[in-house]
Amino acid sequence: MVADVTAPELGLRGIATELNTPPRTRARSRARSIGRGNVTHIIVLTLTAVYFLLPLYAAGKFALTVDGHFSWAGLKGISKQDGFKDAFVLSFKLALVTTLISLALMVPTAVLVHLRFPNLRRFFDGLTLLPIVIPPVVLIVGVLQVAPQKLKGTPYLLALEYVVLAMPFMYRSLDAGLRSFDLRTIVDASRSLGGGWLSTLWHVLLPNLRSAVLSGVVLTVALVLGEYTMATLDQYTTFPVWIVYNDQSSSQTSVAASLLALLVTWLVLIIIAAFGGQRRGRGNREEA
Amino acid sequence: MSAVVTDGAPRLARRRPALKGLGAAGGLLPFGAYVTIFLLVPAVAVVVGAFRSPTGQATLHNLHLATQSQYRKGYETSIELSIIASVLPAILGFLIARSIHRAPAESFLRRLVVSLSGVFANFGGVPLAFLFISTVGNTGLLTKWLSDIHFDLYGDTGFNLYGKSGVVLVYLYFQIPLMVLVILPALEGLTPSWREASDNLGGSTLDYWRHVGGPALAPSVLGATLLLFGSAFSAYATAEALTSGTIALTPIQIGAFLNGNVLPGQENVGKALATGMLLIIGAVMVVYVLLQRRAAKWSQT
Amino acid sequence: MTEVTTGSSADRRTAAATSPAPLIATAAEGGAHVEFVGVTRSFGQTRALDGLTVDIAPGELLALLGPSGCGKTTALRVLAGFEHADAGQVMVDGRDVIAVPARKRDMGMVFQSYSLFPTMTALDNVAYGLRLRKQSGPVRRHAAQELLDMVGLAPQAKRYPHQMSGGQQQRVALARALAIEPRVLLLDEPLSALDAKVRIALRDQIRALQQRLGTTTLFVTHDQEEALSMADRVGVMRNGRLEQVASPTELYTQPATPFVAEFVGTMNRIPGQTADQQVMVLGSTVPFTGPPEARGVVDVLVRPEGLAVTPDRNGDAIVTSHSFRGAVTRLGVQLSGDSAVWVDLSSDAASTITPGDPVRVTLTATRVLVDVPQ
Repeated sequence: MVADVTAPELGLRGIATELNTPPRTRARSRARSIGRGNVTHIIVLTLTAVYFLLPLYAAGKFALTVDGHFSWAGLKGISKQDGFKDAFVLSFKLALVTTLISLALMVPTAVLVHLRFPNLRRFFDGLTLLPIVIPPVVLIVGVLQVAPQKLKGTPYLLALEYVVLAMPFMYRSLDAGLRSFDLRTIVDASRSLGGGWLSTLWHVLLPNLRSAVLSGVVLTVALVLGEYTMATLDQYTTFPVWIVYNDQSSSQTSVAASLLALLVTWLVLIIIAAFGGQRRGRGNREEA
Repeated sequence: MSAVVTDGAPRLARRRPALKGLGAAGGLLPFGAYVTIFLLVPAVAVVVGAFRSPTGQATLHNLHLATQSQYRKGYETSIELSIIASVLPAILGFLIARSIHRAPAESFLRRLVVSLSGVFANFGGVPLAFLFISTVGNTGLLTKWLSDIHFDLYGDTGFNLYGKSGVVLVYLYFQIPLMVLVILPALEGLTPSWREASDNLGGSTLDYWRHVGGPALAPSVLGATLLLFGSAFSAYATAEALTSGTIALTPIQIGAFLNGNVLPGQENVGKALATGMLLIIGAVMVVYVLLQRRAAKWSQT
Repeated sequence: MTEVTTGSSADRRTAAATSPAPLIATAAEGGAHVEFVGVTRSFGQTRALDGLTVDIAPGELLALLGPSGCGKTTALRVLAGFEHADAGQVMVDGRDVIAVPARKRDMGMVFQSYSLFPTMTALDNVAYGLRLRKQSGPVRRHAAQELLDMVGLAPQAKRYPHQMSGGQQQRVALARALAIEPRVLLLDEPLSALDAKVRIALRDQIRALQQRLGTTTLFVTHDQEEALSMADRVGVMRNGRLEQVASPTELYTQPATPFVAEFVGTMNRIPGQTADQQVMVLGSTVPFTGPPEARGVVDVLVRPEGLAVTPDRNGDAIVTSHSFRGAVTRLGVQLSGDSAVWVDLSSDAASTITPGDPVRVTLTATRVLVDVPQ
């Protein structure tokens, strides 16, 4: 789903920008009175709010109501459901593997592109559109066609593919982070002081890229924990897949699990955006 | 690897760090290899497979079937659905973006909406489907409220959460925020002094939008709509969780091939369908990129 | 709330008569008479305009000069109709235009950031105002082409803004504003975003065009050189108020307040002592003007050309720097005590003086400005 790919990154950027720009005092009032347009705006925003908040409320009510009154049973029941633990653990493991491979692959690549091949940057920006053009449902068809049997037998095939799905915004996160400081100078300084490539990467670059790496990791994890298409078609029961199957036996816990997964993702996203963005901003000013 | 020190100052310019030509390109090799193996090879395999019969011979039979009967219906429904699920949120998203862009209480309201948009745009797939089932499903909260006032949501309006109308409704949930996020920067790019210049020269609000704002925004809006189309068209998870395959949508149909519900001799039709998807989305993305370039030109000063 | 006005219309006429370029006979028809009367505007706690009162004679170019935040841009925008005034009146040809919406005010504006419409060619940009006035295609295109000729951009007519340089864009913007034959031309720091060379060339072009057409013009800038070289009169603003409105010469030679004195040109500050109506400084006693609080120990404000330097082995001042500027050389001199001053003298006279030399600094000005010590 395209939204899976571009939305998290856009979302993160959106949250980060808004949390980190001090409110500007728009010291301008139009000669045209504010009155006329205001009513439409209010209506639009109210209807929007209703549309977005009602499902949350409905789901919350459904998940947290037992026999007509509030109860945590729906949430607590999640862990008691059949297969929950296995599914959750599987998703977790996949997220871990995906993240590690992704970092190991993308960090050196991004650094290299910035350092040595700046003219390839446009190409890479375009490359990040590829996973949008090749939707997961199409990708999994191809993967199952060409993958050797040994790989197909393990769920980690999914992890390998998730790296590809996560590639665009891992790259863009790192790209933004690399642009926020003078890469060339820092690398030259480190090497002139005697640092080898690995130590430069570890001691010098990564600390500067901390927030970029963090947001890339969060986006990757969010993607893996929410990925349904490829997992279900590859017939492995990850957490989202489990939610759907479990619906047959207990829709209350499924709804509760959905809500929980969403809320956790949001919280983490917001925390990362606030924390990560701040660091970047302050860091720049201090270094200047 | 120590620095060469001359006259007490390390001469960085003369030293070439070990990123020499070939070595550097080699550094990109792991990435290139990975993308090739895990992205390009499967994609190519799909396209190639579309032209093969189950026994391995070259054939156009798959493609032929992919444009017939239920698969044709699948494409039509998918495209129809995607158009509605992109044009509608495009309009709504644009209105919302405009509201918060112009709102006087810009600082709080706007930050709230943008942050929430970022969060909601991430919603999708299975959890979202469940949220809507609790709201407007057969036993959903809203459905019950409406029936309490004697309004049968399903009967009176022909709405069906588990059918086309439901899928569109649910897609709006992440499509609208996506539109808001994409179009806000474009609205920001509308320099306020353009509006003032137009006013100053005697133009009304209509004049401004007709001659200045509209044309300047058009590429971005069209591009964003295309992006939304691509997003809706390739969506699988939400539709599947909602409909369990009861309506003919191309991604769902492709998925069905992987579940083994396949007539003998037609195994590769799914790949033909997938190839069709690639073509459609590919074309859409090409136009999108071209529109983005045009939009970038307008916002240069 | 002090009002600084130019006084009677007699003063205005005198000012107009002594301005560098003669006003063209068509001025009265071409330009409107603009008056700000007690205009006040606040944004939250800040007073952007504080009882601004000034008028602009038909065909005159008045420059509003001041540091950022002084209210000059706000004044311009109030005139244009993009800002409300909280109090006061804005009169154009005797009519109060406060209630008139911006698009009906018939004024042409040139913005700091050019603001050419990006999706239109230069020609279409210029013709836009005419199009809104329902002039037919061929007529307005012809007029637009003429205007582009006037600003020297005829060959660029079919180009888009993103294909033009900053200076070119600004000239198109000027043509666009003039196309509607406005009663008032408004220029909001139009040259700030341009390179130095382009700025100077464009400065002259704008002034020449404005005089030729006789359009009443309000020009806002923070660059005193620009203001002094272009304007018939300059109004120096600070904190929403006009400190002084006068011809460039008068502003330079007879600054009304210390702020104006220091903002326009270079000013030295030297400690002095007042006694009655005179002040003692550098061994001379001269009459002074200044704010009532400045009495007793004061800072005396003198221009570099109001001081003289004589080599003197027993002098208590030391030359610290020597800056050759063509006909004039500027010396930096450290006086006994903590003050340092700039002294301008002819390069011939300065040729014998080098940094490190002891000198004697004397006052040649016959009247000075004083201020509270800082």
